Amino acid sequence: MSCPTCSNLLALSESAIIHKGVKMDKRGKETKLSRVEVGHIAELAKLSLTDEEKERFGEQLSAILEYAEILQRLDTEAIPPTATVLPLRNVMVADGVRPSLSREDILANAPEAENGCFKVRAILE
Amino acid sequence: MKLNELTIHEAQEPLRKAEISAVELTQAVIERILEVDNQVKAYLTVTPESALEQAQEADDRIAAWRKNPSNPLDPLTGIPLAIKDVICVAGVPATCGSRILENFIPPYDATVIGHLRQRGAVILGKTNMDEFAMGSSTENSAYFPTRNPWDLSRVPGGSSGGSAAALAADECLGALGSDTGGSVRQPAALCGVAGLKPTYGRVSRYGLVAFASSLDQIAPFGKDVTDCAIMLQAMAHYDPGDSTSVDVPAPNYAQALVPDIRGMRVGVPREYFVEGMQPGVEAAVRAAIDTIADLGAEVDEVSLPHTEYSLPAYYLIAPAEASANLARYDGVKYGYSHPEVEDVWGAYRKTRQDGFGPEVKRRIMLGTYALSAGYYDAYYLKAQKVRTLIKRDFDVAFRKFDVLVAPTSPTVAFKIGEKVDDPLQMYLSDVFTLSLNLAGICGISIPCGFADSLPVGLQIMGDAFAEEAVLRVAYAYEQATEWHTRRPPIE
Repeated sequence: MSCPTCSNLLALSESAIIHKGVKMDKRGKETKLSRVEVGHIAELAKLSLTDEEKERFGEQLSAILEYAEILQRLDTEAIPPTATVLPLRNVMVADGVRPSLSREDILANAPEAENGCFKVRAILE
Repeated sequence: MKLNELTIHEAQEPLRKAEISAVELTQAVIERILEVDNQVKAYLTVTPESALEQAQEADDRIAAWRKNPSNPLDPLTGIPLAIKDVICVAGVPATCGSRILENFIPPYDATVIGHLRQRGAVILGKTNMDEFAMGSSTENSAYFPTRNPWDLSRVPGGSSGGSAAALAADECLGALGSDTGGSVRQPAALCGVAGLKPTYGRVSRYGLVAFASSLDQIAPFGKDVTDCAIMLQAMAHYDPGDSTSVDVPAPNYAQALVPDIRGMRVGVPREYFVEGMQPGVEAAVRAAIDTIADLGAEVDEVSLPHTEYSLPAYYLIAPAEASANLARYDGVKYGYSHPEVEDVWGAYRKTRQDGFGPEVKRRIMLGTYALSAGYYDAYYLKAQKVRTLIKRDFDVAFRKFDVLVAPTSPTVAFKIGEKVDDPLQMYLSDVFTLSLNLAGICGISIPCGFADSLPVGLQIMGDAFAEEAVLRVAYAYEQATEWHTRRPPIE
């Protein structure tokens, strides 16, 4: 389906239309994740978002999640999840001594290093 | 014809006969980069001195081979290639299009780079991309957008847009990208070149900076199908360094390149011809399917009933995996580190806030939400179950068909800036490609015509480890048409 105003392909879900990254209900009114929820996710993701970003991501994530609601139409009660397409369990390697990258090469990329170690900021008060 | 315009396989004979040298070939490509890349902006890093040294080594190999031809000479010997900046090349910056890795210089080669070097290929440099391969236009690069050589006001597609544009503009003879949801096939379509996504596990991911580990595959771009087969051959090896690398010997892909598809069973999934796709794209793809039927294939319609669920399932699974993978960017081991904050968590938050661009943050947020307590079952687990249904659709279809054919992208290249503020609209660019990554199967995009004077891609999909069937149909179609010989008029 195409948007009547801009001819772009339009993402549709059963309860809402989504346009320009904003979820709108059928009356064209915006709905979105709460600022508290967005703040909580940002903290889990360790991002210090600005207020403007929280506002914008709240709208955009709401739109994407609303679109994802169409998955709920499918009855998946008896369907196993696919985490990988490969028939893998654990992949073991022989416990042998092999050459590895040098400490110097690895630490060359470290923002801060000291005494052959990565330097981290204080964890304890 | 100029040397940089050659395909990989066209360069073989003159290199072997010493009519041209690898140094001359590489020099011609470097000159082309100097000539047009200020317009196309395909490369983030070019390493001309190193490339010419590698070319000299290739010339030495060719000279040795001429003295003693009993050891076969690999078709990649002396061939200048461009590498997407998400693949590690020792000693050359790998930014992944992100500020957070601006200063990162990998101390090792990705496994695929080792395979290419072993075969005498010449690494030219690193190409632009959407940050951490998240995007469909290369506009999400933290550095600059790449432009489509067919129309510089348009995007090359993405996320491997730099590699696709470099190849289309003859700034390399072949290129590597990575394909997580269409990031090689879609830019190949939009730039009028070929892009082959291998089966998941066919090519080692060791040294590929992780985006969504259950979906990522390194994938070659070629000026034609033969070149894709040559590059896949070089890279399709088991690697104990990647636990998802599959220990299945690769066939000789060159043997699949026969212009005869009589009796092959070709399915046309009806869900891939949706209302809203660009009419010129549909017309070109329908005409290509007619050509395939004229070549003697048995063409029939097929249904992949869960197709419409691929996009929402993908945009929960890929961001969820990304949010876990990108937790490693903590400003301690490599990359950008916020200089001022003293406490460990504060530094972590500020480093990531300043180091990541908007699309990466958006996907980290989305993935974190889908994995968070209370939402995991409703979003992430649900999407994984739907992934099973999508895979089953393909399993059923491939019992009846050797390959499936469809458009690669619903539109031709769009204008720079057109979709940047509308993430869902951008995500819809991948609507025909990402189901293959969810199912772990292989596919190629090859040029099949033009709409509004811009290239259109035909996508040919194959079952897991059915690259030969895909290559065969692609090659037969290519031999019957001349779309692959068209080049953008950029000077």
